[in-house]
Amino acid sequence: MPLFANLYNFAHWLTQDAASAEDLVQETYMKALRGFSSFKQGTNFRAWMYKILRNTFLTTLAGLRASVSLDSDDQTVEPAIPETPESALLARVEQETIQNALEELPVKFREIILLCDLEEMSYQEIAETLGIPMGTVMSRLSRARKAMRELLVAKLARASR
Amino acid sequence: MSCDLWRDKLDAYVDSACSPDEVAALEAHLQGCSSCAAEALSRLQMKRMTKAAAARYAPSREFRLRIEKSIEAKRRPLWAFARFPEFAFLAIALVFLAVGSTLWIRHSAREQALAELVDLHVATLASANPVDVISTDRHTVKPWFQGKLPFTFNLPELQNSPFKLLGGRVMYFEHAPGAQLLFQIRSHQLSVFIFQDRAGTGSLSAGVTAERELAFSVETWSDGELRYVVVSDANRADVHELGELMRAAK
Repeated sequence: MPLFANLYNFAHWLTQDAASAEDLVQETYMKALRGFSSFKQGTNFRAWMYKILRNTFLTTLAGLRASVSLDSDDQTVEPAIPETPESALLARVEQETIQNALEELPVKFREIILLCDLEEMSYQEIAETLGIPMGTVMSRLSRARKAMRELLVAKLARASR
Repeated sequence: MSCDLWRDKLDAYVDSACSPDEVAALEAHLQGCSSCAAEALSRLQMKRMTKAAAARYAPSREFRLRIEKSIEAKRRPLWAFARFPEFAFLAIALVFLAVGSTLWIRHSAREQALAELVDLHVATLASANPVDVISTDRHTVKPWFQGKLPFTFNLPELQNSPFKLLGGRVMYFEHAPGAQLLFQIRSHQLSVFIFQDRAGTGSLSAGVTAERELAFSVETWSDGELRYVVVSDANRADVHELGELMRAAK
């Protein structure tokens, strides 16, 4: 089964629950099979599958809650974070802290970081998956990473106190 | 170009989304700017750490099997035979084979049962003492079986018929006791076997059937839980007539 383990991991991150992730993946495959005739050769299969999964997630209660803040204020590109001693702090961050920070991120930030950093999708693929323009991908990714760093720094600061 | 503008490009740089020209220009800047270089390294490390940390959840084997099964089921519905005619032919052939074997087994079991009863009839006639109760009176013959059989049966009134009751004996068929009654019509003798209709005799059909077995006429039927079989070298009409009399006996 193509992408099975990756889709499950992504679904689990979105739903934050194993049973819901299984339901989501199952529904994704069923929808993909039903709609396979609509899949156009030459388009990105991976982006198509992730898009089905994400759209299915957005129809769930958790997804509906997440979608409220999904497309707001993507228009402005945040200024890059200034150089701080944070980069030295972040070098010592542990895997579990990153996982906790990812869990706490809003879904729209979490999903774009997962698609980019874990799945290593191109901006074009991410744009197809999320159904947003390339420019929005870049600005949202920048803001997501900034939010992630801030969360991590706060966690590390709490831990060091 | 200020460092802020270079740093706007760092995400695209670590995500390998810059054009070759942009990469060359940015790397030239990083060579001479330690703070931008440190920032680029930090982002690259964060990306790698996120990748490692995010690969967190693995589907269970059971779930994988469940999905594979449901996908298989979706891909191959029952009408898939239409797409694979050879499977349809195979399935039909298997059904015919199964039905054919069942019928053949039933047929051969029936043949065997009837052949055994014909043998019993012949053996009885060859015996010096063919019957254990010698009587032409049904009111003598029927009570004789009391205590010898786990069932009872009725014998017909033969006064105005061409048949004559000669007597009866206990016989065993398929490991169970039954009654064998001997009748005579002209110079022919007829055996009427009565036994409990059980699983072993299920091969004999429920309705009245008449047939020839090694030139003997055979007629069989079941009445309630009892199985009746008439065997004789008399003609089929005679056998049938005795069968009618037995069936009418009250």
